[in-house]
Order: sequence, then C-alpha cells, then structure tokens
Amino acid sequence: MTDTASKPGQTEVWITGIGLATSLGEGLDANWAALQEKRINVDEKGFAPYIVHPLMPVSFDSQIPKKGDQRQMEAWQRIGTYAAGLALDSAGIKGNKDILSKIDMVVAAGGGERDLNVDTGVLTAEAKGANAPGFLNERLMSDLRPTLFLAQLSNLLAGNIAIVHGLGGTSRTFMGEEVAGADAARIALSRIASGESDIALIGGSHNGERKDLMVLYEFGDFNLKDKFAPVWARKDHAGFALGSAGAFLVLESRAHAEARGAKPFAKLSSVVADLARRKQPGDMAATLEKLWAKLPKREGKGAIITGATGAEPATSEERGFLKSHADFPVRSTGTMFGHAMETQFPLGMALAALSISRGALFPPNDSTGTEIEMQGAPTQIVVVGAGHWRGEGMALVEAV
Amino acid sequence: MTAPRDKLGRPVVVVTGMGIMTSLGAGKADNWAKLVAGESGIRTITRFPVDGLRTTMAGTVDFVSVDPFSSTGLSERMAELVTEEALDQAGIGAKGDFPGPLFLAVAPVEVEWPQRRELGRAVGSPDFTYDDLLRISGGGKYSAYHHRFMFGSVAAYLAETFGTKGSPISLSTACASGATSIQLGVEAIRRGETDAALCVATDGTVNPEALVRFSLLSALSTQNDPPQAASRPFSKNRDGFVMAEGAGALVLESYEAATARGAKILGVIAGCGELTDSFHRTRSSPDGKPIIGCMNKTLADAGMTPDQIDHINAHGTATPENDKMEYNTTSAVFGDLAQKIPVTSNKSMVGHTISAAGAVEAIFSLLTLEHQRIPPTINYDNPDPTILFDVVGNKARDARVTAVMSNSFGFGGQNASLILTREPA
Repeated sequence: MTDTASKPGQTEVWITGIGLATSLGEGLDANWAALQEKRINVDEKGFAPYIVHPLMPVSFDSQIPKKGDQRQMEAWQRIGTYAAGLALDSAGIKGNKDILSKIDMVVAAGGGERDLNVDTGVLTAEAKGANAPGFLNERLMSDLRPTLFLAQLSNLLAGNIAIVHGLGGTSRTFMGEEVAGADAARIALSRIASGESDIALIGGSHNGERKDLMVLYEFGDFNLKDKFAPVWARKDHAGFALGSAGAFLVLESRAHAEARGAKPFAKLSSVVADLARRKQPGDMAATLEKLWAKLPKREGKGAIITGATGAEPATSEERGFLKSHADFPVRSTGTMFGHAMETQFPLGMALAALSISRGALFPPNDSTGTEIEMQGAPTQIVVVGAGHWRGEGMALVEAV
Repeated sequence: MTAPRDKLGRPVVVVTGMGIMTSLGAGKADNWAKLVAGESGIRTITRFPVDGLRTTMAGTVDFVSVDPFSSTGLSERMAELVTEEALDQAGIGAKGDFPGPLFLAVAPVEVEWPQRRELGRAVGSPDFTYDDLLRISGGGKYSAYHHRFMFGSVAAYLAETFGTKGSPISLSTACASGATSIQLGVEAIRRGETDAALCVATDGTVNPEALVRFSLLSALSTQNDPPQAASRPFSKNRDGFVMAEGAGALVLESYEAATARGAKILGVIAGCGELTDSFHRTRSSPDGKPIIGCMNKTLADAGMTPDQIDHINAHGTATPENDKMEYNTTSAVFGDLAQKIPVTSNKSMVGHTISAAGAVEAIFSLLTLEHQRIPPTINYDNPDPTILFDVVGNKARDARVTAVMSNSFGFGGQNASLILTREPA
C-alpha cells in the first residue's frame, strides 16, 4: 500500500492556509457561520428534478483581477483560481515572489466543461436528417470557441492558478474523481515530509451546476432527485446532489512556516489511500478499516469528517464502518455542501483544520443519529473520502 | 560495480522493463526497427470522416481493436498491452501482483460523440433540449458509460489487472504527462516508499473533436499531402504538430532491488526536473526562463553538467514556436554545446502522442542508449537557419551515447525533463 505518515525524524507538516468558496459562502468566517447555523444552500428547482448546491456568488475580480483571465476560464476554473487565491492570502504568501516562485502545486481536477448549445445543436440537426459525412466536423469547426478547449483541459486549472497568482514551482494535476483529492494531499505531504519540497498548494474545484456532468452521473443513476435530505437519510432515496466548491490548502514544513512566522491551523499527520475492488459487499468497508489502521495512533479527542456521497451501496458500507468507530462524532460534508467530487476531500481537510483551529467541531445536521453532538475541542480529526464508485482515502489532521 | 545510491544519497532508480506502442507498430522491436529506418506512422485518417477538417492526417493506432470504440477505451487497451510487454521483460512480481504503485498519464476523459449521438437518437423526436438528453440518461441502460467515462477508470482497470498496490494515480500535465508519470515513480522510490513502480502513459484521442480543438488553436500541421511529410521538426517549413496515439510503460526499480533479484538493468533515470511557466496558457515565457530552469533543475537532480549530456531527445513538436524556443533555451543551458550535441525529434515519425509522449520518448531514449544509434528526424530537408542544432537529419546515426536528456513541454506552462543514462552516474 502506498501511504504517507510522518515517521520519526521526518518533517512535521502544517496547514498554514485555507481557501474556501462554496455554496455556503466565501472565506472561512462565512463558511463557519453557516455551519454553526446549520444553513444549507440547495437549489431544488433550477435543475429539477435534480438538486444542486449552487456557488454562493463571489466577486471574481478580487482574486482574478484581469477580465481577460476570467474569460479564458469556465466556471470550475474560476472557482478554483479564486479559492486558491484565498488560500494564498490565508497563508500570508499572496504576492510573495520568493515563496510563490518555488511553491509546489498538486491539483485534483475533473474537466471537460462543455458548450451545451453546441452539443444540442449538432444532435438536433442530426435528428432532423443532417447526415453528411463531415457534418460533425464542420459544425465543431464553426461553433466551438477556440478557447473552450483550454477551459476543458484538466491541467489548466493549475495552469490558470499559476498564471493568475504567479506560481512557478512544480505543477501536477491528478484526475480520478474523489480519491484524486486525497492523492493530491498524499503526494504533497510525502514530498514535504521527505524534504523534497518545503511548501505546497493543494486542492481542487468543482462546478456542480453542469448538466453535462449530470448526464454522466445519471448514466449510473447517481443523481439525487426531487427532494433534498441529509446524506445519512437517503438510504431509500439514494444519490448525491452536486455541489459547487473550491477548496485549497497551503501545506508547509514546520521549519519553513516558523522561519517566516506563519501560524498553523493544524498539522497534517498522515494521508493514506487505496482502491478497493468493490466486487463483494464489505470490500469497501474492509479497505476503510485497513486505512484506519494505518493512521497514526489516535489518543486525543477525535472526530470524523466524511465526504460520504449519499450514493449506494458506498454510503451504506461507509455507515457500517463508522458504526464500528461510534466513539468518533461524525460530520458529513455532503449534507452541508453537496458533492464536489475531486474537491470533497480537500474540503474535508479544510474543515478539519478549521474546526481544530476554532476549538470546536461544527454541529451535526442529521435526523438519523449518525451524527452526534460533540463537547469540547477536537484535537484529532480523521478525514474520510470514499468515492461514489471507486477509490478510498483518509487523512489525519491534528492540533499542533 | 556501481553504487546503489546516487550523489545525493538517494536510491538509484533503474528501468527493468519497457513496453511501447505507436502508429509505427506494437512493441520495442518493431518500433525500433522502423524508427531507425526513418519510417513514418503518419497517415490519412480513416477512423472517421475527415470532410471539413483542416488537418486530415494523424498517427493513429488502427491495429488495436476496441469494441465498442471510444478514445478512452483505446487508451486503456494500449496501456494494457504495453504494460504486459514491460512486465514480461522485467519479470517482476507475479501475474496480477505487481509489487508497487501505478502512476498513469492519461488524457482527460469525457463522454464522447458516439455515446452522445446514441443519446440524441434515443430521445426519439427531432426537437429536443439538453434536458431531454438528461432525462433519458438514467435507468441503467447506459450504466456502462458511467464506468467508462470516469477519469479514474483506466487506472482502476490497470490496477486491478496487474495488481499494483495502493491508490493508482491518474495524472495530466498535458504534453508533459508521460514524463510526470516517470517522475512520480522515481520520487516514490527515492523516498523509500516502494522498491518498484509502474509508470504508464497512454493516449488514444485522435477523434473529431480533439482534432478540431487543436485546429482551432492553430497548433496542427495542415500539410496533409503526403501525410508522412507533415511533421517537420526544426525545418523552415514546419507548420505545427501532428496528433498521434501511443502508449509507453516502464517498470522502475531501485538499483538495489533490481540487482538483488538479478534483473537486467535497461537504463537509469538519473534525473528529473519540472518547472511551471506562469506566462500564458499555451505559449512559453518569451525569455524562456522556465524551460531553462527546468533543464538546469534536471541536470542538478542528476548531479551532472551539460558536457556530460551527449544526446538530446527533443520535445520537437514542429510548431513554429516550440522548436525555436527549444533551441534558444537549450543554447542558454548548454552554450556552444547546443550546436554540437546530436538532437532528434521522434515526433517527425510517430507524431505527437500528447499524454504518452514523455514516456514514449523516454523509452526511445533508452533504446538509443542500448543500441548506440540515434534515430533520425525525418522530413529534415529544409533546415531552419535560425535553429543551429546538430539535428540527426533523415538518417539514423551511430554515436557513443551515455546520457540523454528528454524534454517535454505542455499547455498550461508544464515543463518536464528527464536524464536517462546507461549506467548509474
């Protein structure tokens, strides 16, 4: 198994910056306030019968000052470039050329944002009899915007972040749905822990308000329909509601952070990930148990923040795993933020670090009893991310 | 006898298995024979109609069948075949039980036109909206398309087939992806996390929309006739790259683990470097600093100096801008040596295999080291007078080659270089 855990003598890695732009708002205070008030932002009408958690509108200009840059991106990239800027601000390194010129970036990304008018136009024309051999070619040549391609390429989220915020270290983009977010953190952590890197920006972004994505997930009947319910209350009405969100974190070696006087939100102690075969019932839960056992010892006041999707059978399997760790209060980001796919794991890490730094876990929001109240300040939060289809990841975020 | 650790005290990373597929054919033997003979794999596209396209040729892999066809399906099948070849050669682990992680460079995945058209037909009326497509997508009829078009689908398939360990990583750094997959493997071994890594890169995306997308960015050659002469790296009349398909797989191991099990060592990944260009989405910074920095970082990583590099396997896409930039930046790093070190671009023959290129060209570089023979850059009849590389033009050249630098530069400011050697430095 590949994993990353701090070993004796290895560098301690701190989370020194967090950037959030979600359906609940932008920035740490707005998201924290909404969580305290158990406020959920869902749109049951705009994409009916499908449900989404739409992005709370932000002024992109404040993080992406050039309109030309904004025009070169589609929504998912704008959300991510914006949230990445917030994370750099939060870490106090925005505009710091010395640091930004060497910062390493690992981004978890999807891509492929399509022009629905072009797609529908081609298909309806074909339905009406357009069947010349070059019909598709000609329509695509004339109808596709030349810059749309760049808004579709997965690695162009990282590319846009580099351009807009002036990042000049390394840049890697991981794909592969939910677990890509865990793997991005895992690789960045292992590079810093081993001394290959001092500081890294990791995260992802997702535009959930996309019908082309809904088609893809509808193929597998994964979309939540008709009525919103908390993730744990969807057993007979399974599915996820896509969420728009950008979540980025600055990870930094303790020495690098201390040298520049940066304060940590929390410590990232370990990130582990695996690929359960999910052929038999119980496969996924067994993999989650294996990952749980690989995390460093939990002796403090623990909690779990999970990105459980609401899709089945994954969510039921995960519920079984959580039941065997019932002493850890659980919170579901899927209930509060919707499902932001590659971004869900970084979002969970961000909320774990935020909860530790604010000395409280945010309140439960669940009618099934899976989420219970927590008294006192958490010192260890396990972030769980099990994909709706494949991939399992886990991280341990701890108080410094 | 060589040391198991490099100058920086890290485990030396060696290659013990390689598999390759390009438009020239399947496998190392076939590819190498055609490559040194100066054959081109570029041909007029027959997979789909080319009416209305500005570019009508590509380096397609037509000898691998996938049913039902999709670009992602072809990428997966090619990746599987080259991995089988690499594992065969390496003789590592057991069948379905590779003792390390998978790093896969793969083109971004999305639902493709054949499937979209199937939906369009299934609506059953000539007037419909996107909502109608969405409405009929559920119910389980198309569940296979969900699985096919997950970004992680190819990696998951390979991980299960070959039994790689842990969470397989699917990555994209555009045209540098193949190099990045190798770099991730090298780093994992150097950190001591694993003794072996499987690095695979694959790209089967010659489809109408992909061609149109690159066409609209004016990146592709339009010298369609004859197709074999379209890709003209370092020539005055070069006019863009030629899209191509292919895949490469490398088994990486620590020198210590490879020698302990008596494996044949095919070469060494002596250095990797990577540097982001934040200038523009598709163009390099005019001062070339990020590429220069990338090459310098790679030399430093290998603990080598420019005079120790005796061959450059260029990115050499044959776009007007890339080749000029590559010469200028190479000159900045190598000084006068830039005009003396033999340089070649495999893309003149196999085209630009995009996500796979970094791995495909790393394998060709390792074969160059093995055979002590540099494959030619074909179509080099009209040299660009401003590019003063010693291009290995048109005919393969026997040469003493001990260390090769292989470069990959991609959209989104992605720059990555590798240094490959015969023996540990």
